Amino acid sequence: MLPDTAAGAASREIMIEVLRYRSETDLRPAWQVYRVPFTDDMSVLQGLQYIKDHLDGTLSFRWSCRMAICGSCGMMIDAEPKLACMTFLRHYYPGPLTVEPLAHFPIERDLVVSVDGFIKKIESIYPYLIPKTARRPEEGEYLQTPSQLARYESFSDCINCMLCYAACPQFGENPDFIGPGAMALLQRYNGDSRDGAQAKRMELVHTENGAWSCTAVGYCSEVCPKQVDPANAVNQNKTRSALDFFLRALDRHAHSESSAPDGGAP
Amino acid sequence: MRGPRPYMRPAESLWWAHPPYLAYTLREATGVAVAGYALVLLTGLISLASGEVAYDAWLGFLKSPWSLALHLLFFIGMIAHVWSWFQIMPKTMPRFVIGGRILPQNWITAAGLVVAMVAFIVTLVVAGWMQA
Repeated sequence: MLPDTAAGAASREIMIEVLRYRSETDLRPAWQVYRVPFTDDMSVLQGLQYIKDHLDGTLSFRWSCRMAICGSCGMMIDAEPKLACMTFLRHYYPGPLTVEPLAHFPIERDLVVSVDGFIKKIESIYPYLIPKTARRPEEGEYLQTPSQLARYESFSDCINCMLCYAACPQFGENPDFIGPGAMALLQRYNGDSRDGAQAKRMELVHTENGAWSCTAVGYCSEVCPKQVDPANAVNQNKTRSALDFFLRALDRHAHSESSAPDGGAP
Repeated sequence: MRGPRPYMRPAESLWWAHPPYLAYTLREATGVAVAGYALVLLTGLISLASGEVAYDAWLGFLKSPWSLALHLLFFIGMIAHVWSWFQIMPKTMPRFVIGGRILPQNWITAAGLVVAMVAFIVTLVVAGWMQA
Protein backbone atom coordinates (compact mmCIF):
# COMPACT_ATOMS: atom_id res chain seq x y z
CA MET A 1 0.00 0.00 0.00
CA LEU A 2 1.22 3.43 -0.95
CA PRO A 3 1.54 5.11 2.46
CA ASP A 4 3.67 2.17 3.69
CA THR A 5 6.18 2.41 0.86
CA ALA A 6 6.15 6.17 1.15
CA ALA A 7 6.82 5.96 4.88
CA GLY A 8 9.65 3.53 4.20
CA ALA A 9 11.40 6.04 1.97
CA ALA A 10 10.45 9.05 4.06
CA SER A 11 13.27 11.21 5.26
CA ARG A 12 11.29 14.11 6.63
CA GLU A 13 8.50 14.49 9.14
CA ILE A 14 5.74 17.08 9.12
CA MET A 15 3.39 18.17 11.91
CA ILE A 16 -0.26 17.97 10.89
CA GLU A 17 -2.90 19.55 13.14
CA VAL A 18 -6.31 18.09 12.45
CA LEU A 19 -9.55 19.59 13.72
CA ARG A 20 -11.36 16.59 15.15
CA TYR A 21 -14.97 16.18 16.15
CA ARG A 22 -16.71 13.02 17.36
CA SER A 23 -20.19 13.82 18.59
CA GLU A 24 -20.35 10.71 20.79
CA THR A 25 -17.50 12.00 22.98
CA ASP A 26 -16.85 15.67 22.06
CA LEU A 27 -18.90 18.73 22.88
CA ARG A 28 -17.01 20.82 20.36
CA PRO A 29 -14.25 20.35 17.75
CA ALA A 30 -10.66 20.27 19.07
CA TRP A 31 -7.21 20.15 17.51
CA GLN A 32 -5.13 16.99 17.50
CA VAL A 33 -1.50 16.93 16.37
CA TYR A 34 0.14 14.12 14.39
CA ARG A 35 3.73 13.71 13.26
CA VAL A 36 3.70 12.25 9.79
CA PRO A 37 6.75 11.01 7.86
CA PHE A 38 6.45 11.99 4.21
CA THR A 39 8.14 11.97 0.82
CA ASP A 40 8.06 14.77 -1.75
CA ASP A 41 5.37 13.06 -3.81
CA MET A 42 2.89 12.69 -0.94
CA SER A 43 -0.34 14.65 -0.95
CA VAL A 44 -2.15 15.87 2.16
CA LEU A 45 -4.66 13.09 1.50
CA GLN A 46 -1.85 10.52 1.67
CA GLY A 47 -0.74 12.15 4.92
CA LEU A 48 -4.23 11.63 6.33
CA GLN A 49 -4.24 8.05 5.08
CA TYR A 50 -0.91 7.51 6.86
CA ILE A 51 -2.47 8.79 10.08
CA LYS A 52 -5.48 6.50 9.68
CA ASP A 53 -3.37 3.43 8.85
CA HIS A 54 -0.53 3.89 11.33
CA LEU A 55 -1.31 6.44 14.03
CA ASP A 56 -5.03 6.76 14.68
CA GLY A 57 -7.67 4.59 13.04
CA THR A 58 -10.51 6.72 14.38
CA LEU A 59 -9.82 9.68 12.06
CA SER A 60 -12.64 10.16 9.51
CA PHE A 61 -12.37 11.88 6.13
CA ARG A 62 -13.87 11.46 2.67
CA TRP A 63 -11.86 10.51 -0.37
CA SER A 64 -12.16 8.41 -3.47
CA CYS A 65 -10.28 9.01 -6.73
CA ARG A 66 -7.01 10.59 -5.46
CA MET A 67 -6.72 12.58 -8.71
CA ALA A 68 -8.96 15.63 -8.47
CA ILE A 69 -11.85 14.11 -10.37
CA CYS A 70 -14.33 12.95 -7.74
CA GLY A 71 -14.46 16.09 -5.57
CA SER A 72 -14.70 14.15 -2.29
CA CYS A 73 -11.63 15.33 -0.38
CA GLY A 74 -12.28 19.08 -0.14
CA MET A 75 -11.07 20.50 3.19
CA MET A 76 -9.48 23.59 4.70
CA ILE A 77 -5.71 23.22 4.44
CA ASP A 78 -3.95 26.03 6.29
CA ALA A 79 -7.33 27.83 6.26
CA GLU A 80 -7.65 27.65 2.46
CA PRO A 81 -10.27 25.48 0.73
CA LYS A 82 -8.35 22.84 -1.22
CA LEU A 83 -8.63 19.28 -2.50
CA ALA A 84 -6.41 17.20 -0.19
CA CYS A 85 -5.37 15.00 -3.14
CA MET A 86 -3.99 17.89 -5.19
CA THR A 87 -2.17 19.62 -2.32
CA PHE A 88 1.32 18.45 -1.45
CA LEU A 89 2.79 18.09 2.02
CA ARG A 90 6.20 19.31 0.86
CA HIS A 91 4.84 22.84 0.36
CA TYR A 92 4.01 23.04 4.06
CA TYR A 93 7.22 21.56 5.48
CA PRO A 94 8.07 21.70 8.37
CA GLY A 95 4.56 22.63 9.39
CA PRO A 96 2.57 22.65 11.50
CA LEU A 97 -0.03 22.40 8.81
CA THR A 98 -3.67 22.72 9.83
CA VAL A 99 -6.41 20.56 8.33
CA GLU A 100 -10.07 21.42 9.04
CA PRO A 101 -13.41 20.38 7.60
CA LEU A 102 -14.73 22.69 4.84
CA ALA A 103 -15.75 26.06 6.27
CA HIS A 104 -19.45 27.06 6.45
CA PHE A 105 -20.71 23.47 6.44
CA PRO A 106 -22.09 21.49 9.40
CA ILE A 107 -19.54 18.94 10.65
CA GLU A 108 -20.74 15.33 10.77
CA ARG A 109 -17.50 13.90 12.10
CA ASP A 110 -13.87 15.02 11.97
CA LEU A 111 -13.27 16.20 8.37
CA VAL A 112 -16.61 14.93 7.09
CA VAL A 113 -19.21 17.65 6.49
CA SER A 114 -22.91 17.43 5.77
CA VAL A 115 -23.65 17.88 2.05
CA ASP A 116 -27.46 17.68 2.28
CA GLY A 117 -28.06 21.39 1.74
CA PHE A 118 -25.82 21.46 -1.32
CA ILE A 119 -27.49 18.40 -2.87
CA LYS A 120 -30.92 20.01 -2.38
CA LYS A 121 -29.71 23.15 -4.16
CA ILE A 122 -28.32 21.11 -7.05
CA GLU A 123 -31.69 19.33 -7.32
CA SER A 124 -33.61 22.59 -7.24
CA ILE A 125 -32.09 24.13 -10.38
CA TYR A 126 -33.50 21.59 -12.90
CA PRO A 127 -30.03 20.14 -13.56
CA TYR A 128 -30.81 18.59 -16.94
CA LEU A 129 -31.48 19.74 -20.48
CA ILE A 130 -35.07 20.66 -21.12
CA PRO A 131 -35.16 21.01 -24.92
CA LYS A 132 -36.86 24.00 -26.55
CA THR A 133 -38.70 21.60 -28.81
CA ALA A 134 -38.50 17.87 -28.15
CA ARG A 135 -37.12 15.89 -31.08
CA ARG A 136 -37.72 12.26 -31.92
CA PRO A 137 -34.63 10.06 -32.59
CA GLU A 138 -35.33 9.94 -36.32
CA GLU A 139 -35.18 13.75 -36.42
CA GLY A 140 -31.48 13.59 -35.51
CA GLU A 141 -29.27 15.20 -32.87
CA TYR A 142 -29.59 18.58 -31.21
CA LEU A 143 -26.82 20.47 -32.99
CA GLN A 144 -24.52 23.01 -31.42
CA THR A 145 -21.63 25.11 -32.78
CA PRO A 146 -18.24 25.43 -30.99
CA SER A 147 -19.13 29.07 -30.19
CA GLN A 148 -22.37 28.01 -28.53
CA LEU A 149 -20.48 25.37 -26.55
CA ALA A 150 -17.83 27.87 -25.41
CA ARG A 151 -20.49 30.01 -23.73
CA TYR A 152 -21.16 27.43 -21.02
CA GLU A 153 -18.43 24.80 -21.34
CA SER A 154 -16.40 25.64 -18.20
CA PHE A 155 -19.58 25.58 -16.10
CA SER A 156 -20.05 21.90 -17.03
CA ASP A 157 -16.64 21.03 -15.53
CA CYS A 158 -17.84 21.30 -11.90
CA ILE A 159 -17.03 18.24 -9.75
CA ASN A 160 -19.25 19.29 -6.80
CA CYS A 161 -16.31 19.53 -4.39
CA MET A 162 -17.90 22.55 -2.62
CA LEU A 163 -14.61 24.42 -2.22
CA CYS A 164 -16.35 27.49 -3.67
CA TYR A 165 -18.92 27.37 -0.86
CA ALA A 166 -16.16 27.23 1.75
CA ALA A 167 -14.62 30.29 0.03
CA CYS A 168 -17.88 32.27 -0.04
CA PRO A 169 -18.44 34.58 2.96
CA GLN A 170 -22.02 35.25 1.86
CA PHE A 171 -22.82 31.54 2.05
CA GLY A 172 -21.19 31.59 5.49
CA GLU A 173 -23.63 34.28 6.61
CA ASN A 174 -26.67 32.86 4.82
CA PRO A 175 -26.71 29.06 4.34
CA ASP A 176 -29.81 29.40 2.13
CA PHE A 177 -27.87 31.34 -0.53
CA ILE A 178 -27.90 29.06 -3.57
CA GLY A 179 -24.15 29.67 -3.84
CA PRO A 180 -21.47 29.54 -6.53
CA GLY A 181 -21.48 25.80 -7.33
CA ALA A 182 -25.21 25.36 -7.90
CA MET A 183 -25.31 28.65 -9.82
CA ALA A 184 -22.51 27.45 -12.11
CA LEU A 185 -24.54 24.32 -12.86
CA LEU A 186 -27.63 26.46 -13.41
CA GLN A 187 -25.70 28.55 -15.92
CA ARG A 188 -24.37 25.38 -17.56
CA TYR A 189 -27.97 24.66 -18.60
CA ASN A 190 -29.26 28.22 -19.01
CA GLY A 191 -26.30 29.03 -21.22
CA ASP A 192 -26.84 25.97 -23.41
CA SER A 193 -28.31 26.84 -26.82
CA ARG A 194 -30.30 23.57 -26.82
CA ASP A 195 -32.07 24.32 -23.54
CA GLY A 196 -35.46 25.99 -23.33
CA ALA A 197 -36.13 26.25 -19.57
CA GLN A 198 -34.33 29.52 -18.83
CA ALA A 199 -37.47 31.20 -17.52
CA LYS A 200 -38.02 28.38 -15.03
CA ARG A 201 -34.49 28.61 -13.64
CA MET A 202 -34.56 32.41 -13.61
CA GLU A 203 -37.31 32.22 -10.98
CA LEU A 204 -34.60 30.89 -8.61
CA VAL A 205 -32.03 33.46 -9.76
CA HIS A 206 -34.33 36.45 -9.09
CA THR A 207 -34.71 35.77 -5.37
CA GLU A 208 -32.70 37.11 -2.42
CA ASN A 209 -31.17 33.63 -2.04
CA GLY A 210 -30.45 33.52 -5.78
CA ALA A 211 -27.87 35.65 -7.56
CA TRP A 212 -28.52 38.70 -5.37
CA SER A 213 -26.88 37.37 -2.21
CA CYS A 214 -23.56 37.52 -4.07
CA THR A 215 -21.41 40.62 -3.51
CA ALA A 216 -18.78 39.70 -6.13
CA VAL A 217 -16.01 38.70 -3.74
CA GLY A 218 -14.57 36.43 -6.44
CA TYR A 219 -12.66 34.07 -4.13
CA CYS A 220 -14.89 31.16 -5.23
CA SER A 221 -13.36 31.25 -8.71
CA GLU A 222 -9.85 31.46 -7.27
CA VAL A 223 -10.18 28.27 -5.20
CA CYS A 224 -11.98 26.25 -7.90
CA PRO A 225 -9.76 23.26 -8.81
CA LYS A 226 -11.41 22.96 -12.23
CA GLN A 227 -11.43 26.61 -13.39
CA VAL A 228 -15.21 26.52 -13.59
CA ASP A 229 -15.35 30.25 -12.73
CA PRO A 230 -18.55 30.14 -10.63
CA ALA A 231 -18.21 33.88 -9.83
CA ASN A 232 -18.79 34.56 -13.51
CA ALA A 233 -21.85 32.29 -13.53
CA VAL A 234 -23.43 34.10 -10.57
CA ASN A 235 -22.66 37.59 -11.86
CA GLN A 236 -23.85 36.91 -15.42
CA ASN A 237 -27.11 35.98 -13.81
CA LYS A 238 -27.32 39.28 -11.95
CA THR A 239 -27.22 41.05 -15.32
CA ARG A 240 -29.87 38.70 -16.71
CA SER A 241 -32.00 39.05 -13.61
CA ALA A 242 -31.86 42.84 -13.77
CA LEU A 243 -32.72 42.78 -17.48
CA ASP A 244 -35.64 40.43 -16.79
CA PHE A 245 -36.86 42.78 -14.07
CA PHE A 246 -36.97 45.77 -16.39
CA LEU A 247 -38.44 43.81 -19.27
CA ARG A 248 -41.12 42.51 -16.92
CA ALA A 249 -41.88 46.01 -15.74
CA LEU A 250 -42.22 47.06 -19.40
CA ASP A 251 -44.53 44.27 -20.35
CA ARG A 252 -45.77 41.80 -17.74
CA HIS A 253 -48.11 40.18 -20.18
CA ALA A 254 -45.45 39.38 -22.76
CA HIS A 255 -43.22 37.93 -20.05
CA SER A 256 -45.81 35.46 -18.83
CA GLU A 257 -46.38 34.29 -22.43
CA SER A 258 -42.68 33.73 -23.05
CA SER A 259 -42.31 31.41 -20.03
CA ALA A 260 -41.11 27.94 -20.85
CA PRO A 261 -43.78 25.21 -20.83
CA ASP A 262 -43.89 23.07 -17.71
CA GLY A 263 -42.73 19.49 -17.78
CA GLY A 264 -40.02 18.07 -20.00
CA ALA A 265 -38.09 16.52 -17.13
CA PRO A 266 -36.62 13.12 -17.95
CA MET B 1 -20.67 13.46 27.00
CA ARG B 2 -22.46 14.00 23.70
CA GLY B 3 -22.07 16.88 21.27
CA PRO B 4 -24.57 18.15 18.71
CA ARG B 5 -24.60 16.36 15.39
CA PRO B 6 -24.05 17.84 12.97
CA TYR B 7 -21.94 20.53 14.61
CA MET B 8 -22.26 24.03 13.13
CA ARG B 9 -19.23 26.23 13.70
CA PRO B 10 -20.12 29.88 14.31
CA ALA B 11 -19.68 32.15 11.25
CA GLU B 12 -16.51 34.24 11.26
CA SER B 13 -17.66 37.87 11.58
CA LEU B 14 -14.28 39.40 10.67
CA TRP B 15 -13.88 37.35 7.48
CA TRP B 16 -13.30 40.51 5.42
CA ALA B 17 -10.12 41.25 7.37
CA HIS B 18 -8.45 37.96 6.37
CA PRO B 19 -5.93 37.76 3.49
CA PRO B 20 -8.03 36.04 0.80
CA TYR B 21 -10.69 38.72 1.16
CA LEU B 22 -8.46 41.82 1.46
CA ALA B 23 -8.68 42.63 -2.27
CA TYR B 24 -12.47 42.56 -1.99
CA THR B 25 -12.47 44.62 1.20
CA LEU B 26 -10.17 47.18 -0.43
CA ARG B 27 -12.42 47.36 -3.51
CA GLU B 28 -15.53 47.93 -1.41
CA ALA B 29 -13.87 50.39 0.98
CA THR B 30 -12.31 52.50 -1.76
CA GLY B 31 -15.77 52.83 -3.30
CA VAL B 32 -16.18 55.53 -0.65
CA ALA B 33 -13.48 57.57 -2.44
CA VAL B 34 -15.44 57.30 -5.71
CA ALA B 35 -18.62 58.45 -3.93
CA GLY B 36 -16.57 61.24 -2.31
CA TYR B 37 -15.41 62.53 -5.69
CA ALA B 38 -18.95 62.40 -7.00
CA LEU B 39 -20.13 64.41 -3.99
CA VAL B 40 -17.47 67.08 -4.53
CA LEU B 41 -18.49 67.43 -8.18
CA LEU B 42 -22.20 67.47 -7.28
CA THR B 43 -21.58 70.24 -4.72
CA GLY B 44 -19.73 72.15 -7.44
CA LEU B 45 -22.64 71.77 -9.84
CA ILE B 46 -25.16 72.94 -7.22
CA SER B 47 -23.02 75.95 -6.27
CA LEU B 48 -22.61 76.79 -9.97
CA ALA B 49 -26.38 76.81 -10.35
CA SER B 50 -26.75 78.95 -7.19
CA GLY B 51 -24.71 81.82 -8.64
CA GLU B 52 -21.25 83.32 -8.70
CA VAL B 53 -20.79 83.83 -4.94
CA ALA B 54 -21.52 80.21 -4.14
CA TYR B 55 -19.34 79.00 -7.01
CA ASP B 56 -16.41 81.16 -5.87
CA ALA B 57 -16.83 79.82 -2.33
CA TRP B 58 -16.70 76.29 -3.72
CA LEU B 59 -13.54 77.11 -5.71
CA GLY B 60 -12.08 78.61 -2.53
CA PHE B 61 -12.83 75.40 -0.66
CA LEU B 62 -11.10 73.37 -3.35
CA LYS B 63 -7.90 75.38 -2.84
CA SER B 64 -7.88 74.91 0.95
CA PRO B 65 -5.30 72.53 2.47
CA TRP B 66 -8.15 70.40 3.86
CA SER B 67 -9.53 69.91 0.39
CA LEU B 68 -6.08 69.13 -1.04
CA ALA B 69 -5.50 66.49 1.63
CA LEU B 70 -8.96 65.06 1.01
CA HIS B 71 -8.33 64.95 -2.74
CA LEU B 72 -5.01 63.20 -2.24
CA LEU B 73 -6.82 60.58 -0.14
CA PHE B 74 -9.59 60.27 -2.76
CA PHE B 75 -6.99 59.94 -5.50
CA ILE B 76 -5.15 57.09 -3.79
CA GLY B 77 -8.49 55.40 -3.07
CA MET B 78 -9.58 55.91 -6.67
CA ILE B 79 -6.42 54.31 -8.09
CA ALA B 80 -6.85 51.29 -5.79
CA HIS B 81 -10.53 51.07 -6.76
CA VAL B 82 -9.86 51.29 -10.50
CA TRP B 83 -7.15 48.61 -10.27
CA SER B 84 -9.23 46.27 -8.15
CA TRP B 85 -12.48 46.86 -10.04
CA PHE B 86 -11.00 45.96 -13.43
CA GLN B 87 -9.58 42.78 -11.89
CA ILE B 88 -13.09 41.56 -11.06
CA MET B 89 -14.85 43.09 -14.10
CA PRO B 90 -14.49 40.04 -16.41
CA LYS B 91 -16.33 37.97 -13.78
CA THR B 92 -19.30 40.33 -13.82
CA MET B 93 -20.06 40.22 -17.53
CA PRO B 94 -21.28 37.73 -20.11
CA ARG B 95 -18.60 35.85 -22.03
CA PHE B 96 -17.33 37.19 -25.32
CA VAL B 97 -16.96 34.31 -27.73
CA ILE B 98 -14.89 35.04 -30.82
CA GLY B 99 -14.48 32.31 -33.41
CA GLY B 100 -15.55 29.60 -30.97
CA ARG B 101 -13.15 30.71 -28.23
CA ILE B 102 -13.74 32.75 -25.11
CA LEU B 103 -11.98 36.11 -24.94
CA PRO B 104 -9.39 35.69 -22.12
CA GLN B 105 -10.37 37.49 -18.93
CA ASN B 106 -7.03 39.26 -18.54
CA TRP B 107 -7.60 40.93 -21.93
CA ILE B 108 -10.81 42.44 -20.58
CA THR B 109 -8.97 43.61 -17.45
CA ALA B 110 -6.16 45.08 -19.55
CA ALA B 111 -8.64 46.84 -21.87
CA GLY B 112 -10.42 48.37 -18.87
CA LEU B 113 -7.18 49.62 -17.35
CA VAL B 114 -6.03 51.10 -20.68
CA VAL B 115 -9.34 52.93 -21.13
CA ALA B 116 -9.10 54.27 -17.55
CA MET B 117 -5.54 55.47 -18.13
CA VAL B 118 -6.38 57.13 -21.45
CA ALA B 119 -9.39 58.86 -19.85
CA PHE B 120 -7.16 60.10 -17.02
CA ILE B 121 -4.50 61.49 -19.38
CA VAL B 122 -7.08 63.08 -21.70
CA THR B 123 -8.73 64.76 -18.69
CA LEU B 124 -5.36 66.13 -17.52
CA VAL B 125 -4.49 67.40 -21.02
CA VAL B 126 -7.89 69.06 -21.49
CA ALA B 127 -7.74 70.60 -18.01
CA GLY B 128 -4.21 71.92 -18.68
CA TRP B 129 -5.29 73.26 -22.08
CA MET B 130 -8.28 75.08 -20.53
CA GLN B 131 -6.04 76.63 -17.87
CA ALA B 132 -3.65 77.93 -20.54
